[in-house]
Amino acid sequence: MPTQNDFVLSVEDLAVSFDGFKAVDDLTFYVDKNEILVIIGPNGAGKTTVLDLICGRTKAIAGSIKFHGEELTAKTEHEIVRAGVGRKFQNPSIYETLTVFENLEISYPRGRSVFGALFFRTDAAVRERIAEVAEMIFLEDCLSMRAEYLSHGQKQWLEIGMLLIQDPDLLMLDEPVAGMSVGERVKTAELLNRIIRDRSVLVIEHDMKFVEDIAHKVIVLHQGKIISQGAMAKVKADPKVVEVYLGH
Amino acid sequence: MSKTLFASRGNLVGLLLLAVLLLVVFPLVFDIFRLNLVGKYLTYAFVALGLVLCWGNAGILSLGQGVFFGLGGYCMAMFLKLEASSPENTKIQSTPGIPDFMDWNQVTALPWFWEPFHSLSFSLVAVVVVPALFAFVIGLAMFKRRVGGVYFAIITQAIAAILTILIVGQQGYTGGINGITDLRTLKGWDIRTDHAKLILYFINGGLLLGALLLAQFVQQTKLGRLLVAMRDKEDRVRFSGYDVSSFRIFVFCFAAGLAAIGGAMFTLQVGFMSSSFIGIVPSIEMVIYCAVGGRSSLIGAVYGTLLINFGRSLLSESFPQLWQFAMGGLFIAIVMVFPDGLAGLYQTYAAPLIARRFRSGRGGGRIAAASTGSRVH
Amino acid sequence: MLMGYSFADLGSIFAMQAFAGLSLFSVFLLMALGLAIIFGQMGVINMAHGEFMILGAYVTYLCSGFFSAFLPGLYAIYFLVAMVLAFVVAGALGMAVEWLMIRHLYRRPLDTLLATWGLSLVLQQAYRSIFGAREVGVELPEWMMGSTHLSETIDIPINGLFVMALTVLITACVFAMMFRSSWGKKVRAVVQNRTMAGAVGIDTERVDRYTFGIGCGIAGVAGSAFTMIGSTGPTSGQLYIVDTFLVVVFGGAQSLLGTIASAFSISQAQSTMEFFLSGSMAKVLVLLGVVGILMLRPQGLFVIKVRR
Repeated sequence: MPTQNDFVLSVEDLAVSFDGFKAVDDLTFYVDKNEILVIIGPNGAGKTTVLDLICGRTKAIAGSIKFHGEELTAKTEHEIVRAGVGRKFQNPSIYETLTVFENLEISYPRGRSVFGALFFRTDAAVRERIAEVAEMIFLEDCLSMRAEYLSHGQKQWLEIGMLLIQDPDLLMLDEPVAGMSVGERVKTAELLNRIIRDRSVLVIEHDMKFVEDIAHKVIVLHQGKIISQGAMAKVKADPKVVEVYLGH
Repeated sequence: MSKTLFASRGNLVGLLLLAVLLLVVFPLVFDIFRLNLVGKYLTYAFVALGLVLCWGNAGILSLGQGVFFGLGGYCMAMFLKLEASSPENTKIQSTPGIPDFMDWNQVTALPWFWEPFHSLSFSLVAVVVVPALFAFVIGLAMFKRRVGGVYFAIITQAIAAILTILIVGQQGYTGGINGITDLRTLKGWDIRTDHAKLILYFINGGLLLGALLLAQFVQQTKLGRLLVAMRDKEDRVRFSGYDVSSFRIFVFCFAAGLAAIGGAMFTLQVGFMSSSFIGIVPSIEMVIYCAVGGRSSLIGAVYGTLLINFGRSLLSESFPQLWQFAMGGLFIAIVMVFPDGLAGLYQTYAAPLIARRFRSGRGGGRIAAASTGSRVH
Repeated sequence: MLMGYSFADLGSIFAMQAFAGLSLFSVFLLMALGLAIIFGQMGVINMAHGEFMILGAYVTYLCSGFFSAFLPGLYAIYFLVAMVLAFVVAGALGMAVEWLMIRHLYRRPLDTLLATWGLSLVLQQAYRSIFGAREVGVELPEWMMGSTHLSETIDIPINGLFVMALTVLITACVFAMMFRSSWGKKVRAVVQNRTMAGAVGIDTERVDRYTFGIGCGIAGVAGSAFTMIGSTGPTSGQLYIVDTFLVVVFGGAQSLLGTIASAFSISQAQSTMEFFLSGSMAKVLVLLGVVGILMLRPQGLFVIKVRR
């Protein structure tokens, strides 16, 4: 299969195994510009492993991952991030003891080297950008609050904000609406649909209502393999998907 | 940010108090013998400062800081020893012009790695660069491979053990278990006189305050906050595009450099350096200096160092057996009961009192209160 | 370097050297077994491990004194009694320490390290106050003295052989306990998933306490065995601690088999090098080698790859 360079992300023939157990096997998919792709599937299907592979946390044993035509498999995590891939973890991973402002400030993509960080100053441009992102993630009134006092949903937004401030081309979100109220979920869908204008988003999610709200395309993963993909309506009707995932 | 301003203002008061204590009160209160002893204790505080950044902030526990203290001390001692071993001074030896212990061990020529230590400027650079470079190599190997936590602690401890065995075993080149002794002059200036000791005490105190300021600067930069962040949420920092290992290597080298300056000042003030400051026991003891002060409090580390060493000289003079019980108990108590050490006690008990006094006095208590919240975790 | 020796001489030298290596192997293995359980299985850093060994040694010393004073007829077998006592005393102290100290620190491994270091200082001073600063040794029962002559030039000391046999026995017991008993199954369950183990009805706190106790008990037995080949002082334990940790880490912390393999390779390397170099240089090179390999392969020799 020829690699198409106009895709933001092309994953081809990707495989990884843990002591003989193939967690991801012969996986191929593409993410287009301005597209929200959602990966669904039962627990243990290898969804989080796919994100781990793309962001360099786990090393693949075969296959390639190309981002804007650039191979990612040989890069380290921070190089992948700097290339423009942002990743949110399943449990909100933020700096609890810092304020919302400081959380965003520390994620600001300047002063990333040792000496850069030593002489980093928070100037007007940084403050402006933080205010901009905070508004995007509905936290403009909480800037001076310590992050540990945010609600679970707000923490999820804050982590998304920490990715957004780096302006990545590809945003990978692992269960972004887990633990959110209905209202927060709707706002999150709105947020994703708004930020998609400049980038692509790869989401793992169990919440079918939310998936329907945001997905341009859905991939169903089962035992490390894709069993169905396409538009949500098509996937939902697929008997294989109903059997392994949606049925119960 | 306003918070940083308040915090540094609180720190400034603490720093001034410490400076007055070290540079005015101690020299007035103590005779030169005691003052020299305090100076010796203060050289350990350099190590404790490094450990605050390395362990307290970045979460990297090194049980081998004695290695860097020792290497710095040895670099200084080698220069002083060569000066003391001029051919005139050593003409009774079978090979004049080399250090006495080499002569005793049938070494007949100065080993190559001793040669450059004839130069004072080389030696002074080596004091910091050799240990920092060594730390860099260790850090590069370990942090790039994501070795951390207890493994790092065990391996640094092993390195301390190895270096001790090596130095003791190679006595012809290192002076063995006795170390490098009988140091006399620095460029002709006799370092054994009371006057010299007084001057060295002030140099040491000044350097320590400088090191404290530098460490405080590092702690307050983005780098300092990143160190804490990667201690608590390593993956988040990594996936924000930071190369976690290079930050850890930096702070480890920084701590090593500070420890080395302490080691060199030790050699100058005490007049010798030996492997007994490198091994497992001294290295882990330096960790407790830092822990007593309160892990992530730089000023606390200095007080912690002083407190333990005063306690030691007090107790071991009158009840030598009791000292080790006290030391062991201290390790246990600090971990189990007072994990925040002196700084924690100060924040819980003294700081609110001071804040109240300020408020009733002139309503300016927000300074102390604000600095309370900012640095404890 | 090998010039001037006949083939027969060389053969004997290698045989003796191999035996010295095996002796060292049993020492390392005995030290490391208890720690492999405590560190490898529970993830607890016990810096006082050496002091638990020394406790076993002192118990044996007291026993030998007691038997020679009151039961001289049974002196030949006092050692068996001493070993059981060493296990019980060190194990009981271990359980007490777990209850008072370790269980509050399971989530803070580095703090455990510092607290147990404090414990080791206290124990050392206690030994010094009770038994004096000088090293003490036990008198061997008669049957353990002397050596067997394998050939004219090869002498194998019997006490060394005895310690080796003991090592094999203890290792077999540890394996049986970990992999054949229900206790072992519980320990492994708790190690792998504490929450789940608790949920299926395993009393995880009790398992922790007993595991720590048994690890310390094995250390006590090891100390008891050491009295057969050397004397004991208050700080003897501290001399072993770095080697012991390196053996366990080098083998891959979670693998008992790895502990055996690493004890074997480290001891053989050291005894072989001691033949060519001075003792201290041999030790330096071996430790450097171990540290070097650990830097290249931090997970140790044996490791299980798991999904994160």
